[in-house]
Amino acid sequence: MRMPPKYTQLAAQLVMGLATLATLAILVFIILFVLEKGLPVVGLKFLLSNPQDMGKAGGIFPVVVGTILLTLVAIAIATPLGVGTAIYLTEYTRESRITRVIRFGADCLAGIPSIIFGLFGFIFFVTILQMGWSILSGGLTLAFMILPTIIRTSEEAIKSVPDSFREVSFSLGATRWETVQKVVLPSALPGIVTGVMLGVGRSIGETAAVIFTAGSSLRMPTSLMDSARTMSVHFYILAREGISTENAYGTAAILVITILLINLTAYGLMNRFVAKNN
Amino acid sequence: MNNKIEIKKLNLHYGKFQALKAVDLPVGENSITALIGPSGCGKSTLLRCINRMNDLIAGVRIDGRVLLDGRNIYRHGLNVPELRKRVGMVFQRPNPFPLSVYDNVAYGLKVAGISDKDRISQTVEGSLKGAWLWDNLKDRLDKPALDLPLDQQQRLCIARLLAVEPEVILMDEPCSALDPIATMKVEELMLELRKKYTIAIVTHNMQQAARVSEYSGYMLLGDMVEFDLTANIFTNPKDSRTQDYITGRYG
Repeated sequence: MRMPPKYTQLAAQLVMGLATLATLAILVFIILFVLEKGLPVVGLKFLLSNPQDMGKAGGIFPVVVGTILLTLVAIAIATPLGVGTAIYLTEYTRESRITRVIRFGADCLAGIPSIIFGLFGFIFFVTILQMGWSILSGGLTLAFMILPTIIRTSEEAIKSVPDSFREVSFSLGATRWETVQKVVLPSALPGIVTGVMLGVGRSIGETAAVIFTAGSSLRMPTSLMDSARTMSVHFYILAREGISTENAYGTAAILVITILLINLTAYGLMNRFVAKNN
Repeated sequence: MNNKIEIKKLNLHYGKFQALKAVDLPVGENSITALIGPSGCGKSTLLRCINRMNDLIAGVRIDGRVLLDGRNIYRHGLNVPELRKRVGMVFQRPNPFPLSVYDNVAYGLKVAGISDKDRISQTVEGSLKGAWLWDNLKDRLDKPALDLPLDQQQRLCIARLLAVEPEVILMDEPCSALDPIATMKVEELMLELRKKYTIAIVTHNMQQAARVSEYSGYMLLGDMVEFDLTANIFTNPKDSRTQDYITGRYG
């Protein structure tokens, strides 16, 4: 017994459509829920004033600064390492057992829970290298955590550059490095930027890896060796210790908005880049 | 006539497969030499030996000699990028970079480290004129190259090549993606370019070989079956296999 194709077609379309709708609805629900609870306390004053009484009152300015600094350190370290690795794997080696091992390693690294990175960072950077709880320790730990994402997205972006571009470049007398610099990287840029943006998003939202390595100081950081608290850590502490539910949701709202903005920027950058090239 | 290039006893293996079998080929200076033969006969592979593009493929072994102005380009220590500046290539499909017309033509100069803007503009203009594109494109230099019609894209690729001032131009079925009218324009351009450059062309199109080339080589299964004046190849071939091919009984 088979249903007529007309009905199976309709049923399939309906089921897939519902799945899509459910996904979208969940996303919208979460965002609206957080914003509804958080937005009443959010304002310029909340963003730009110092917290008082462990965060019960006042704003989250040092937390915002700490989040930005940590993310910048992580990206500044992970981008050159990740893009460099991706270029090496795709342009300078032929597919072999070694490249497969490296790729497998990167994939494993991506699957490690962030709290393990936190523990590693605590033992290695904070204790053994004596960096203490600091933005530097936290940034380095985050860099290792987002490295696989950047490597794999950059690799895919570089691989999608047509071989004919490389061929022409070589045929015009360019060396491999000149070809990478002038043809491959510019064409792969949107993909690479997307990977970096994903890394930024992960860094900003990370809690477990950061709390062990950057600490949770509420003071304004003045150097990379200072401890700092990120927005997600702040949210965790405010909520976990029952300090202030309102301020916790306020922080969460800003976190959600920030990540939305980053994704929109990445999306916009990509579209502009693609439009320029076609 | 002077031979710009002389290929002598060239063997090429892809792994265990022998794609070229002791091939000899002279390419006369300021002339057009055509390589004809059925698909897979090794004519493109042979062409790509002249600018060492086969170096990029894993598992290729080459022995024999390719002399450019009397010196073997497979000699130890030869600077391959420099060789490729002297021996340029036009590919089967028009393949401009996804950049503007101007940046495409200027690419080779930027690679060569030339940053003098006036000099770059002059070369871009000269190269576009050389490829008969200047009048069409002089007001649209900042337009994306990929928006051009295919035949202009292919001539843009030729202009991009002229900008690095090669001595030899290798053309690998340069018209196979073009319609007959565009093909005619590119062929006329080839005849003009011959005055300044040495050209070797691979083509599937026998009429094309007959129209543009002075000399032709017929290849089959990695062998150079016959090499002669194009007129002789097409009117009075010595080898029965050449005769079968040009009369359409084979290939």
